[in-house]
Amino acid sequence: MTLAKRVPIFLLRLLALGASVTAAVVMVSARDSAQVLNVTFEANYTNSPTFKYFVIINAVAGGYTLIVLFCPSKVSLFRFLLVSDLIVTLLLDSSVSANIAIGQVGKHGNSHAGWLPICNQVPKFCNHVAGALIANFVASLAYLVILLYSLHIVLNLPKP
Amino acid sequence: MADEKVVEGAENGACQTPVVSANKANDWLIFLLRLFAFFATVSATVVMAINKQTLTVVVATIGRTPIQASVTAKFQHTPAFIFFVIANGLASIHNLLMLIVELIGHKFDFKGLRYLLIPILDMLNVALVSGGTSAAVFIGELARNGNSHAKWNKICDKFSTYCNHGGGAMIASSIGLVLMIIVTVISITKLRIQKSQNYSRLP
Repeated sequence: MTLAKRVPIFLLRLLALGASVTAAVVMVSARDSAQVLNVTFEANYTNSPTFKYFVIINAVAGGYTLIVLFCPSKVSLFRFLLVSDLIVTLLLDSSVSANIAIGQVGKHGNSHAGWLPICNQVPKFCNHVAGALIANFVASLAYLVILLYSLHIVLNLPKP
Repeated sequence: MADEKVVEGAENGACQTPVVSANKANDWLIFLLRLFAFFATVSATVVMAINKQTLTVVVATIGRTPIQASVTAKFQHTPAFIFFVIANGLASIHNLLMLIVELIGHKFDFKGLRYLLIPILDMLNVALVSGGTSAAVFIGELARNGNSHAKWNKICDKFSTYCNHGGGAMIASSIGLVLMIIVTVISITKLRIQKSQNYSRLP
């Protein structure tokens, strides 16, 4: 594969690495405490299994991208790389989707289930979570573009 | 090899041409897997879309007559479930289209565009279904266990039928997701890059 074809993928992987590591770090550092009737309660990422899943998936995606960045690109490994890229894209996509769902419940509540929104009491936590979600979204978009570009390289369509 | 056909024209010289193996067993395997994935996603959509449970609770008692109010749990109450239904609906439409294309697509000539579009659309739909499934699974987990830190109570002990039906839809969607992943991986590995020598465009 020529250098001109490898450079965009390398840059996109750098972007995905930065975005997923940022997402994991911002989520881990999200913390706020609120006082309700003389009782302090702390909002932390460990409070919800969804947020723990978020941190794990982003850490795995960041580690995978780091390994693949420094991998020599041979033609024989290309298909395996496509498949593993697909799996990592899936994982990032599922984590952003689940956390947007939980974040929406935290911000707006769910009147039918009797769940009150919590973002009024812990605004710093909510802002950190929103930032981490944006970073994760950028990472999953970058991986989607990597996938499509890799397919475009494989299928060498002749120009009309 | 006897059962490979070059489907793309190539520039001169030793460049890389995608080659698709025309293995019959592979095609039937993909067809069967897609059929099962179609059934799985359709059943997930339908089961979640008709998921509904109504409970009557006694709110107050005036004299001897209890005043009752009915509380309904529907899938439209949660945006995650709405996304789940939409994602699985779109994926089942995609599976149906791909099944039809595999059955009657041999008559039409798309000039090789088919071999580009099918893996791309497969990947996009796999991402869609994975997003829908994971959102619904985590919201369902919240409904089943509640969250003591945020003071969100669990609702599955009262609406047990609603929760069980929703769980069944999520299981069906997960099975459909795994099958669609396998189909995508097979159709990716069917594309092979081969260095070709002086292939010209097929007549």
